[in-house]
This record gives sequence, structure tokens and C-alpha cells, in this order.
Amino acid sequence: MLRYAYFPGCASESTAKSTTLANEFVFGAVGIDLVEIEDWCCCGATSAHTLSETVGLALPARALSRAERDHPDLDVVTGCASCYARLKLANYKVRTDKDAAWLVEKALGRPYTAKNEVLNFLDILSLDEVKASIETAILRKFKDLKVACYYGCLNIRPAEVTGAKDRENPMAMDEIAVLTGAVPVDWGFKTECCGAAHQNDAARQTRPLTARILENAMAAGADVILTACPMCQLNLEMRQTEYARKREEKKTGKKVFPLLDMVIKPEPQETIPVLSLTELLAIAMGAGGRRLSLDVHHVPVGGVIAQGLSGMNEKEVREAFI
Amino acid sequence: MSKVGVFVCHCGTNIAAAVDVVRACEAAKSMPGVVHAAEYKYMCSEPGQQMILDAIKEYGLKRIVIASCSPRMHETTFRKMLKKSGVNEYLIEIANIREQVAWVHDDKEKATEKAIDLIRMAVAKVCRDEPLKSQMIPITKRALVIGGGIAGIQAALDIADAGHEVTLVEREPSIGGRMVMLDKTFPTLDCSACISTPKMVDVSAHPNIRLLAYSEVAKVEGYIGNFTVTIRQKARYVNHDICTGCGACSEKCPAKVPSAFNKGLSKRPAIYTLFPQAVPAKPVIDKDSCIKLKSGKCGVCEKICPLGCINYEDEDMEFTEDFGAIVTATGYQTADWAQMYDEYGAGRFPDVIDGLTFERLVNASGPTEGHIVRPSDGTEPKTISIIKCVGSRDPKKGRAYCSRACCMYAAKHARQIFGKIEGVRVFIFYIDVRTPGKGYEEFYDKTREDGAIYVRGRVSRIYKEGDTLICQAEDSLLGKQVRVKSDLVILETAMEPAEGSASVAGMLGAAVDGDGWLTEAHPKLRPVETQVGGVFLAGVCQGPKDIPDTVSQASAAAAKVIGLLNKNEMESSPMIASVEADKCSGCSACEAICPYKAITMGEQPGREAGGNSKKVMRPIAVVNAGLCQGCGACTVACRTGAIDLLGYRNRQILEEVDALWV
Repeated sequence: MLRYAYFPGCASESTAKSTTLANEFVFGAVGIDLVEIEDWCCCGATSAHTLSETVGLALPARALSRAERDHPDLDVVTGCASCYARLKLANYKVRTDKDAAWLVEKALGRPYTAKNEVLNFLDILSLDEVKASIETAILRKFKDLKVACYYGCLNIRPAEVTGAKDRENPMAMDEIAVLTGAVPVDWGFKTECCGAAHQNDAARQTRPLTARILENAMAAGADVILTACPMCQLNLEMRQTEYARKREEKKTGKKVFPLLDMVIKPEPQETIPVLSLTELLAIAMGAGGRRLSLDVHHVPVGGVIAQGLSGMNEKEVREAFI
Repeated sequence: MSKVGVFVCHCGTNIAAAVDVVRACEAAKSMPGVVHAAEYKYMCSEPGQQMILDAIKEYGLKRIVIASCSPRMHETTFRKMLKKSGVNEYLIEIANIREQVAWVHDDKEKATEKAIDLIRMAVAKVCRDEPLKSQMIPITKRALVIGGGIAGIQAALDIADAGHEVTLVEREPSIGGRMVMLDKTFPTLDCSACISTPKMVDVSAHPNIRLLAYSEVAKVEGYIGNFTVTIRQKARYVNHDICTGCGACSEKCPAKVPSAFNKGLSKRPAIYTLFPQAVPAKPVIDKDSCIKLKSGKCGVCEKICPLGCINYEDEDMEFTEDFGAIVTATGYQTADWAQMYDEYGAGRFPDVIDGLTFERLVNASGPTEGHIVRPSDGTEPKTISIIKCVGSRDPKKGRAYCSRACCMYAAKHARQIFGKIEGVRVFIFYIDVRTPGKGYEEFYDKTREDGAIYVRGRVSRIYKEGDTLICQAEDSLLGKQVRVKSDLVILETAMEPAEGSASVAGMLGAAVDGDGWLTEAHPKLRPVETQVGGVFLAGVCQGPKDIPDTVSQASAAAAKVIGLLNKNEMESSPMIASVEADKCSGCSACEAICPYKAITMGEQPGREAGGNSKKVMRPIAVVNAGLCQGCGACTVACRTGAIDLLGYRNRQILEEVDALWV
């Protein structure tokens, strides 16, 4: 049985509730044991390293050194691109830069040798043996469900640190998604930035970034976008109503009164559901919508799932899945 | 004691302004061995030389020291002068008090002291110098040209026109190289084929040229004037002595493979000529795609050939020829951008093509008969983006150098597009626009007048949106991100040394630089020679060039070859390595280190160790006077000190060093 030291990341317990449930389901089903690192803390994400390089490295290294002590034989894995980037960088820096290693050890007050790997969920799910288990665990396959696999920038970049082979057109998620019967589309925004944390403080600047990702996925004919990071997932879906409204304004030349959004829902083709890869896997493995809390999604996902599974309508699916 | 004369030159004020020449001259008079010292304004001038010759007679001088400019400048001048006087021309030393003293120091007092030290060192060495004599090497009056592109063609024609025999070796089934792939040439927009194919015909018709297409150089031995070259004629499977080039075999051949000449835009049969105007206009069978040769079934061409030229049993054939001079014209290939630029789709988008592919697309004799269409769906593009410097000026992903021709190439492509598609929009993404050349800037101006939109910025990525491609870049003049919807994207890729040029250079012993280009002997003063005597450079194998520069260099290389072949024999430099046989242990360290392959292991009779006085043959190093360039690498490698460089013996150098401690 595969075992990993698991770094859940802050989002797992808040905005990524449905993804976390799906993660548990999927890893349980394929027989991967995730051992949560005790006393893990925030990795620092976007903020820490912009203020202090040392803190930016020491925060993720804190959890990593803990994992190294408690689980000396286990590699560390995380399901969030941002956490992955920080953990991986701390690991890489301690391995390659003596000065950084010294600073980190000084800050932590305990050793971190970085002898174990830092991985993301895609790394594990791409293993041949895991893929085989996924295939066995899948109970129902999607039909004609077109998915746009969105990797996010930080699962791939910087390639010197992550060691990603294909940094412009990665295929790992596409290859996992096909196991569920989904059809990945060839599109151009697999690794473009979604705006990350700046969605909160600079929404005006990040809007075009996210909007372009959504538009390119829709133009490529995707029914749903798949993500490998809870942050990307949230960023891609939470402002879709707003973008649809802006597009509407641009098209008609008439300003839409924002409050009306609550009443008048945008046309369905104007938005695109966003699922995490593990949610898609969990559904194919038989998990029901309620078990996964799929109703927390900002853009409703039931319709797409129903259509993809067997042409059932949303209500039927909801009943069938609970 | 040797009678040394010292002559100090003012070089106008070049030296005199920074060095007290008179004091230096006075100091020289008291140096050991010096019997006469004099100074003069221009020692290299006619009266200056006469002054030295007179002094030789008057004082009976046996050795000469001249304190002047760098020996690279005038050492030969003074050697020629000495020849007249009867003193051996190698009993001279130059103290470089211009480049190494006057031009680099401000303090006259200290500069003078340094000049005196340099003179003292030169005097010490000249006393140890020994008379040397150069040898005469016979010259084989035939030239080999490697590579049949426009450079090789031009060089071969020029040498042949001068009356010397030339063998032109080309590895493809036809000569013509890259130039015949092009549609038009800048800055005149004249048809590339119209100016290159007649030259190809001239090559095949010239009585002094032996054309060996589909052949490769396999081995090079020997030295200037006396090369022995092994040439491999690749199996053609077609008897070219009988074949008339009727083309029936190519028409009926059932095998179809992507044509490399048309950059994969069309297919060619397994028995093929490179293009309709190929020279020689006779087909060869590509053994990797021929059904008969692969599986034994088929044999259509054999049945169809009216003359019975097909021979499936044909094999590679090797033969040797002697040459006096070799011209390398191995040319270039365009960079494999798909391997370097993931962000441009790495080959996933059929409508992102390189410049050479576009040349085939726009070429009237190309696969589309000159219609510019998208390779993906065959429609006519309405917006075309051209990206320059793909692989060039990009040390991180490609090459650091500028490929020189692409700016003009891009402008030419824009003009060709405007000429063929009405209402088309052309965007050219650039870093700089470089147009040094006759008529080039005017050509670029006209391109902009025609409506090409130049955007200063490197395209960061290309992605697909529906059927169109989006080029995303920072317009660094606007300071903004721009996205250009394009139906077709043309990448003007870097020139790289042709595949295999490094192995040719290795066979010749010629040096290549970090990027793989063959290195010239001197970037300004010996641009078409290599460090290897008798090996010359023509065209892009030396570095990126456009067609005018390529042809100029080819003619220059030809002139050098003709100059060499016009002599019956030539003088070799006597300043080469020499082996003291008794000291040589035959370890062959020198053989391994010699960059010119001038040292081989010979044999000499000796007595077996252990005092039994049994006679045996033992190995010793032998230096080939024609190949040795006098670099001295072997003298350092030699552990017994058996090899010395004549004119620069260890003892002579140490004498110079010792002189500093006086």
C-alpha cells in the first residue's frame, strides 16, 4: 500500500470542502494512505515570501521537517498548487543552496535535510500502479463529457524546481481524466495564471486573467474545467456570474444592474462548471453528490454530471446519487 | 660572443611619445653580446631597412634584435630583409615595445624601463637562436570542395575557371543546397532558382569539375598541398552511367514518404530526384523507404526502366583521391524550433511553420505552386504573424548570436505575402531590425510602406482559439500586452551549423567555436583560411551569412586556393616541433595532444633494456613537417623533454626569463 505524509493546506478545511471530501473518497478507493503531518501550519502561500525570503522558506520547511522526523520513509504530498510550490521550493532550496539551508535550520531550530521528495496529487495519480487501481475502482464512465484540464501555473513552474517535463502543454491530468471516460480538449490555457491570491485584493487586474481562461476553455468546446488545486478551482468559478454580466453588457451595450444578478441568472452557456480532478474521479467511482457536497459549487455542476453520465436530468441525478 | 645589433624604432611618435627611445638604445649598447645599437623613426621603412643592412656589413652583425611593433606586424618584413643580407632569417628577435609598452602605459619613466627589459630579453634569446631552414613541399594541383550549396558551387566554378581540377562532393542527391529551396532573394526579389540553377548546370558541364553527388568525405589524411581524401559514394541503386533521367521510375514508384526538400508539405517516391531541376538530374533510391529493399517485394522501378539501370545490389563505394587544397562549404540547417520552444506549440499547431517551410509554400515550383495556404485546412490566411529571432539572440533557449539574414528574410516574406494575398495583414514581431547591406534599409522601408506592422517584442506564447492562433507578446514600445489573431504564423528560425559539419571539421583538424561554426584563422585578416594549412572556408559553415556574403566568401576562398595551386611547391615554416630521438620514450602523449594530427609513432632501432644489448625496434614520435603548426602543445606534454619547438626551444625561453634577473 502506498503511503505518503500529507500536507492538507488551509483551503482543504474551508473553501475546498467538496474537494477534500472527494480526495478522501478517491484515495480511500485506490488504497493510498495519506498520513496527515501533525501540527502542520500555513505554508505562507503568496504573502510570506513577498515579505521575507527566510520566512517564505521556513514556514513550509516547518511542516517538512516535522514530516521528516515523524515519517522518515515517507515522501510528502499536497493537493494544492500553491502549497506544492512553497513546499517544493523549500525542499529544492535546502537541497541546492547551502546558505538557504543554514537560514532555514536557524529559523526552525531543528534540522531539515530535505532527503524526501515533495509531490503533488498529480504525481501520485499518474503512477502506473495507481492508474490501474483507478481503472478498477471506476464504476460508471462518462460519455462525451468534454473536459478542459487546468493545471495552474504553480504545479508546473518554475520548471527548474518542479522538474516538470512539459511545461507548456502538460498531459498528466488529461491522461488521468480519460480513465473516467471524459474527453480532454486541446486548449491553450492549461498553465496560465488564474490570478491566485490577487483575486481578493486586485480583482480588477485579475479579472481578464481568469476570464480568458474560461473563454478559451469554452471556445475549445469544454463542458467542464478540471483543476488540480483548490485555489484555482475557487478562482475560476466564484466570479463567473460577474464575468457573464460584463460580457452581456459589452454585447448589448446596456448596463446590467448588479442586484438583478441575484434574480436573473445568466444564460447557462455563459458559464462553465469547474470541478477538481478528484471530484470527477469520485463521481465516476460512485460517490453521490450529497456525499461530496457538490452543492457548494458557485456554478452548478449537477447538470453537466447528469448529461455526462447518461443523459439524466439534474433532479434524477441528484436522487440517484444521494 | 655573438655579434648582436639592436635597432630601436620610434614608430613616428607611437613609441617615442611613451618611451625614451634614445635611453633605451643607449642601454642596449651595454647588454652582453651587443656590438651595435641604433634608433630610427621608422625602422620598417626603406631607409630604416637599409640602415640595418649597412650596419650588418659595417659591424659584421650576426644576430639582430628589433624593438618595434608586434612581431605579427613586421616580423616577416624584417625576415625578408635579412634574406638579402646573408644572415639566416631566423636569427632575429622582435621586442614588442609598441602594443605591449607604448600603447598601454602612461608613465614614461617606467615604460622606458619595461622597454629596456624587453630588449634585454630579446637579446638574451637571440644569442641562443639557431639558424633554421624551411623545406619545400610539393603541391598537388587539385582542389576538393565539400558541400554543393551556392558557396561550394561558386568556389568550385572559380577554381575550375582558373584551370585547376576540382572535385565537388555533395551528400544530397543534387547540388543546390538551401538556395534552391528559396522562392525569391532579397533585396532585389529576383527568383532564387533562376539565378542558382544555371550555376548548377555550369558545374555539371565544366570540364574541370568532377561532381560527386550523394557522396560524403569519409577520411582526410595529409597536409597542405598533399591531402589524401577518402570519399564514400553512397549506394544509389541506379546506374548513372546509363540512366537518362527520364523519370518513369519515380512516377510509378508506389512508396510515398514526406519530402524533406518540401519540408514535409508534400510526398516523394522512394526513387527520386530532389527537385525537377536537380543536378545531376538522375534519381537515387532512398533505401530507408524503398519497399523492395526493405521487404523484397515490389521491384516496379526495375520493371519500368527501359534501360535496365536499376541495381538493388548496389553498395556504398569508397575511393581515395589526392588534393592540394580543400574548401569546406558545409553550410547550415535551420534550428529545430519545436525542440526549443514549447510556448510556440512545439509542433502541435500545423499552422505554425518555419521560414524555410514558407519558402516552399510560396515557391512557384513548390507543393502548392506558390499559393500561400494554411497547412491545416488549405484556406488562404488573412492575417499572418512573422516572429523573428526564433532560436537566435536567445542564449537561454537557443543561440546567443544573431543569424544575420532573418531581418531581411522576414521583410521579404512580408513583401511576398502582400504580392500574393489581397487585403492581408502582416505583423512582424522583432527585437531589433538589422539591415546592414546594400539596398537593405530601403527594402525594409518599402516593406513598412506596403503595410507590414512591426511590433517590438518577442512573442511569449502562441495558443489556439478555435481555428485561429493567438500570438501573445509584450509590445515594448506601447508597454502593453498585445494579442494578435493570426491564421498563419511564420517563425524565422536561427541558422545552425549543418548536421555533420563538426565531423567534417574533425577530419580536417579544423577548429570549431562553441556554437559549432568553423573558425577562421583571423577574424579580420585571414577570414577564409582555417588554422590548418590548405583548408579554406566558404559560406555559412564559418558563421551566419546571407547569399551575397556567402558568394563573396566563396570567391575569396577560391582565390586563396588558386594562389596556392598556382605554385609548384611551397615553403613550410621551420618553426615546428622536433623530436630528440634518444630522449623519446615512445609514450605517445604528444600524439594524443596534437590538435593537427601532426605526430605519429614511428620506429627506431635500439637496444633492449636490461643490458643484454639485444637489438629491438622501439617506438618514437615523428613530426610531420607539413601538418605541424608550431603550437607547442606537445612540448609541454612530453615528460622526458624530448620534443622542443624549433625557434622556441625551452632553453631559449628560459634564457629570456633569466635575462630579467640581471
